[in-house]
Amino acid sequence: MPPITTTESASGRTTPVNGTQETTSAALELHGHGDVDVDQLPMTVVHARRSFVRGFGEDVRDIWSFRGLLVQLVRKELKVKYKDSVLGFFWTLVRPMIQLVIYYVAFTIFLGNSQPAYAIFIFSGLVIWGLFTDILGGCTGSIVGNGGLLKKTYFPREIFPLSVVGAAIVNFLFQMIVLLAALALSAAIGQRVVPTWDLALVPLALVVCVVWGTALGLFLAAATVYLRDLQHLIEVIILALFWMVPIVYSVTLPLNSFAANGHQTLLTLYLANPMLNVIAAFQRAFYTMGPEYTLQANLWPRLAFFLVVGLGLLWLAQRYFSRVQGNFAQEL
Amino acid sequence: MAANVITVDRVSKQFKINSNKSLKEMVVNRGQTKAHATEFWALRDVSFEVQAGTTLGLIGHNGSGKSTLLKLIGGILTPTSGTIRRRGRLAALLELGAGFHGDLTGRENVYLNAAILGLTRQQTDRYFDDIVAFSGIEKFIDTQVKFYSSGMYVRLAFSVAIHVDPEILLIDEVLAVGDEAFQRKCLDKIKTFQREGRTIVFVTHGLDQVRELCDRVILLDHGDVVIDGDPIAAVRTIRDTWQDEAVTEAAARDIPAAELGNGEMSIGAVRTLDASGAETSRLSPNEPCTFEFEVSSTGRTTDWVSGIAIENHLDQLCYGVNSGLMGRQLEPIQGDRTVRFHVPALALGEGHYHLTVAVHSLEGIEYARKNRVANFKVYSDREQVGPVFLEPTLEIR
Repeated sequence: MPPITTTESASGRTTPVNGTQETTSAALELHGHGDVDVDQLPMTVVHARRSFVRGFGEDVRDIWSFRGLLVQLVRKELKVKYKDSVLGFFWTLVRPMIQLVIYYVAFTIFLGNSQPAYAIFIFSGLVIWGLFTDILGGCTGSIVGNGGLLKKTYFPREIFPLSVVGAAIVNFLFQMIVLLAALALSAAIGQRVVPTWDLALVPLALVVCVVWGTALGLFLAAATVYLRDLQHLIEVIILALFWMVPIVYSVTLPLNSFAANGHQTLLTLYLANPMLNVIAAFQRAFYTMGPEYTLQANLWPRLAFFLVVGLGLLWLAQRYFSRVQGNFAQEL
Repeated sequence: MAANVITVDRVSKQFKINSNKSLKEMVVNRGQTKAHATEFWALRDVSFEVQAGTTLGLIGHNGSGKSTLLKLIGGILTPTSGTIRRRGRLAALLELGAGFHGDLTGRENVYLNAAILGLTRQQTDRYFDDIVAFSGIEKFIDTQVKFYSSGMYVRLAFSVAIHVDPEILLIDEVLAVGDEAFQRKCLDKIKTFQREGRTIVFVTHGLDQVRELCDRVILLDHGDVVIDGDPIAAVRTIRDTWQDEAVTEAAARDIPAAELGNGEMSIGAVRTLDASGAETSRLSPNEPCTFEFEVSSTGRTTDWVSGIAIENHLDQLCYGVNSGLMGRQLEPIQGDRTVRFHVPALALGEGHYHLTVAVHSLEGIEYARKNRVANFKVYSDREQVGPVFLEPTLEIR
């Protein structure tokens, strides 16, 4: 077998260049510049390190420039979820309806709850709680679940959890239609449905819910990349949290119980839950069959306070997300 | 001199492979976390600049860091140290159809994928017909893509990617898909891109593609830039290195040159000779050369045919002939003979070739064969591609 001599192959034929700027300028001259004039475009640093404090604005601008993609991804989420199922999008409504029926049967028939229009009561809390848990649950796996896309394409990573938020809001709006239909129905059968000023609380409560959900969702989405257990942990936590907010029971029951037993700290802690206040606002707005079943505190300052805290958390969560997102592609 | 569109400044990338991702593993492997975190440098202190209109090929072994470099330029990974700057819109084709979702129709996926590559809905509307026409799957555009064949999938994905009008296009080994006609179409489109002065950075294993498309090549080896420069020289060096490695590897595994046949005859030394008759492993196109080998027969063999075959580095048969095909009836053989195939002008283009020699009966029963036994290189001063050396003249009337 004739030997392949290495010396021969390296003899002056190749031009190993250690430095940088070696380009075949002859080849460059062959290409015209065409219609592209890149010289005029600014040179930007890829993944410039942004300050922890001030980087928020720049990151938001980046995300805003991809808003078209965000809309596309929200549509995808909604389309894909119920594609090929006979009932399709109706499944979005079926889940809370079944939940509603279960709680209604359990509480009124088995436990003898005599609250009027109890179904409306449950549903007005469930609809906003559903939004919160959809956001939390969906965001947690949004980065890990999109690993394939994340490793091959670049756009602001926040788009993934944000598209979950968008899809959850659309689902929420559909459920609101059902709630309003149920209200119309119960008014038709003679129950007390009256519009009050409390309806004005709904947009604020919704914003508080979305801000807190997004803040926690962004944090969980990023943290799950490093600790996969969070995905399962969050399911359990949501399950427990469900009983920490007054959806199936009236908020007055624990309040009276805490007061009677002198658990002042527990009472304060219980009321300090932002979702409790959000749910209370929804119940006040939509359940008008008896003020004794809803939280009778001034919700405006409370919700405003939670909004400010929530915005602070959102900023913090985004900064954390932005800090760790550079490593997502290699951690997955 | 054209402006730089990409500058890579002392960029290093370190990967930590830490397999502990769950609580259970953390508890079970407590204290071993340090040991579990294996670190390695995918890129070390890489610097270069790419000027507008350049087509840069990144080549190297698997694990040499070329895909990492591409992902760093694309912003998918962030460097451990150093900075990367670039200007203009960038489209990364790291995996065709990376953003495709099987449950969506072709049409929906076009919009989704275009949005991922940075197009607005209005822009996509404008390009939509072109995208579908280029992909050639008009009939199936409203079918869910999970029912597509892989070819259709790839056609649509590539079609979207090339219509996003980027200043910088990053391509990672995606050209090796689709049927040949479509590949041709893609290459044509890439050449149009080049003519328009756009910058292309692509990773490939196809060295012929490098020669055909690139005007600059960076060869990476274990995270270091080994060669940065002219593609012809770089490809030559790479071929030589790979060839040497293959030979060393074969030697290391102690594989004897394959000897086949029924043993009635045997083949001895095989040589390639240049014009002067000296043994060499380096030939030039259009020069005379000789392929020579020893045969011997212990008994008397009356019907025998002797032949050679030349294959290129891809095991493609480039040329084959034997005495029968040449219309020669050989004298009966007993003892040793030397067979020489004289070639008046070697019509092979630049590349690496392997010579296979064999002797067999008129009916085709093989007496002896040595597969890919003599390797030789052809070095050419002409710029051309493909294994055939033609040297045409050009006339335009």
